[in-house]
Amino acid sequence: MPHISLPEGFPGIRSLAAYRPDTGAALYALAEALLRGDSSLSQADAELIAAFTSSQNDCTFCTCSHAAAARYLFGTDKEIVDAVMADYQTAPVSEKMKTLLAIAQCVQQDARTVSDEIVANARLVGATDREIHDTVLIAATFCMFNRYVDGLATLTPTDPGAYEPMGERMATLGYVPPKYP
Amino acid sequence: MPHIQVPENAPGILGPMKFSPQTAEPMNALANALLQTDEGLSRGERELIATYVSSQNECVFCQTIHGAVASAYLGDEDWSLVKAVKEDYEQTPLTNKMKALLAIAGSVQKGGKNVTSEQVEAARHEGATDKDIHDTVLIAAAFCMFNRYVDGLATVAPSDPNIYRYRAARITQKGYSAEGEYTPQAT
Repeated sequence: MPHISLPEGFPGIRSLAAYRPDTGAALYALAEALLRGDSSLSQADAELIAAFTSSQNDCTFCTCSHAAAARYLFGTDKEIVDAVMADYQTAPVSEKMKTLLAIAQCVQQDARTVSDEIVANARLVGATDREIHDTVLIAATFCMFNRYVDGLATLTPTDPGAYEPMGERMATLGYVPPKYP
Repeated sequence: MPHIQVPENAPGILGPMKFSPQTAEPMNALANALLQTDEGLSRGERELIATYVSSQNECVFCQTIHGAVASAYLGDEDWSLVKAVKEDYEQTPLTNKMKALLAIAGSVQKGGKNVTSEQVEAARHEGATDKDIHDTVLIAAAFCMFNRYVDGLATVAPSDPNIYRYRAARITQKGYSAEGEYTPQAT
């Protein structure tokens, strides 16, 4: 049960955006700009970093919903998503993505551990300033979303099937705050 | 040196925000909605929570600028109250409600699942409302983002306290924005 009284019928972050629409609008705008905005990082890659960070933070709602969005976006390559969450080092992703996931992992644990060396490794395999920036900010942003969603003990659907339509909606329509009341 | 190329004279979070205005805009909108209001918690109390979480994350830039803003609101001219809150808030003259909310913020900083029903009950017992609890959790969570953005890109934190005092005065007057400089313009 959530720690505070939240609008019923909304899971996870949606219940919080319905509870306080002004902060909700800013949070959804940030997710939209970061995951679906203009970047050389594809939408699928951005969602992959979001799902990976959320799984490292053990946030079930964010992991399941962003993994579902990433699976939808990767289409026939959707097995990439679960492989990355299980062990990104052996997952079938590019060397560049592996170096970006290494940066995301450092951000999740302690951002001060993002060293010149791991950034240099990412550059060596083609990562740009924009991609490094976006990776750090996606990982940082999900360290916020995960804590917000779990810190207030929001409703987390237990049926994996519930996340599939959620992921498709996020991947196609984007981040639109819920209408409430 | 920052990990990416950011504009000169843009210390701390201002550098990456100028690099990426499209994400800076909603981040500043969040900071303004969350910190620039006295509805429930006061501006000074909100900034104290932000400062405490930033110190737990050992983010020098964020704890110094938000500490300076908190001090400006709370009449803490020599920054001694903010320093005491960072060191051990239990020993400060803060209200029991604020102490209970800082305990929740401390749990959020470690990970959202660390917030217990007992902590929430204790805060309610001291008069915290749903909105106070909500805002505390979101401020703490948001600074787990801001701190990581600032340190994950190895931005530069100025060492001169006057730079933070100057910027803090500007924030109390105009709110959060990626515009403007951290140092007074030469006249």
